[in-house]
Amino acid sequence: METPTTCLVVDDSRVVRKAARRILERHGFAVREAENGLLALEACRAELPRLVLLDWNMPVMDGLEFLNAARAEFGPERPVIMLCTTESEFDRIVLALAAGAQEYIMKPFDDEIVTGKLVQLGLLAEDVGP
Amino acid sequence: MNAESFAAIAALVRTRSGIVLTPDKGYMLETRLAPILKREGVASLDMLALRLRDIRAERLARDVTEALTTNESSFFRDGKPFDHLRRLLPGLMAARAAGHRLRIWSAACSTGQEAYSVAMILSELGMRQAEILGTDLSREVVEKAREGFFTQFEVQRGLPVQMLVKHFRQEGARWQVRPELRAMTRFEERNLLGEHRSLGRFDVIFCRNVLIYFDPPTKGRVLNALAAQLAPDGVLYLGGAETVLGLTEKLMAVPGERGAYALAR
Repeated sequence: METPTTCLVVDDSRVVRKAARRILERHGFAVREAENGLLALEACRAELPRLVLLDWNMPVMDGLEFLNAARAEFGPERPVIMLCTTESEFDRIVLALAAGAQEYIMKPFDDEIVTGKLVQLGLLAEDVGP
Repeated sequence: MNAESFAAIAALVRTRSGIVLTPDKGYMLETRLAPILKREGVASLDMLALRLRDIRAERLARDVTEALTTNESSFFRDGKPFDHLRRLLPGLMAARAAGHRLRIWSAACSTGQEAYSVAMILSELGMRQAEILGTDLSREVVEKAREGFFTQFEVQRGLPVQMLVKHFRQEGARWQVRPELRAMTRFEERNLLGEHRSLGRFDVIFCRNVLIYFDPPTKGRVLNALAAQLAPDGVLYLGGAETVLGLTEKLMAVPGERGAYALAR
């Protein structure tokens, strides 16, 4: 059996984490969860995931701080970091991309959006339906 | 809804658009026509079918046809044809005289995602001297395509975020295609079953996921009409589930490229 693609879902809302987990697990991803940036950094140090799905506004350490810290510590490519946030202002998106995020989802999201982005990122084959 | 009403509405849609609604589409009629029932104050689909019998109900007939033939769309839908287009265009341009304006037709363009996806590719290849024509049966979607406004949901379907920030500007909760791309595109109302000779010749034609709604003779007729507008070395893209086999002699599959067709030699 193929090794599953690993994903860390970082969001302070348990409901959002569960929703994301459901979509990712349907595609065979191995999912871990963290409820803020600091816990996410620790999870990355324990084992670097292939993908981080990252909320922006969280207590303790927010998404942008995590993004900067992760790029400084793990380099520009890995893990693949996809924001998933209610922040939908043009400038915020540009800011996250400049900080090294590879993709960006504006909440609310659905299965089709997440699946489509995973295909674009090369983490899923194209023929996979939502 | 009784079978007679379904048959009457299906016949109307078929006459106007060529699209065949099979009896299993009853649920689709109900969901798609609900807004029209509400707007017109009509109690049921049976009542609507009665009203459509009146030949003066032109606007209503048109709205019903539009509601039943409008399809969902996304940017770079089914990525393969766009990858192929990226590889095709440089060679195609090289075979043209200097100053040639590439002409690309998005037939059944819906709300414009396909046409704008092509515009983004051309822009990134530095081929802005191009004309992209989008046509659709539905006046409503043509108007929407022309404006180039998309919701937050729509711009997240198929569109990489780097392309979003490069080719769109945000206006409140919506995103609009930038003027440079809109200047390359033109949208007009057009029935695929009509006469297309006046449109002239195209280097590339997209006609995806429309033929599936037609019966075989209509498919053949549309394919022949599209082939007649295609440049000798041009490419026609069909939907992944569509084929030309047994429908026309004028087109053949491009080997190894799903959905891409060229004129038969």
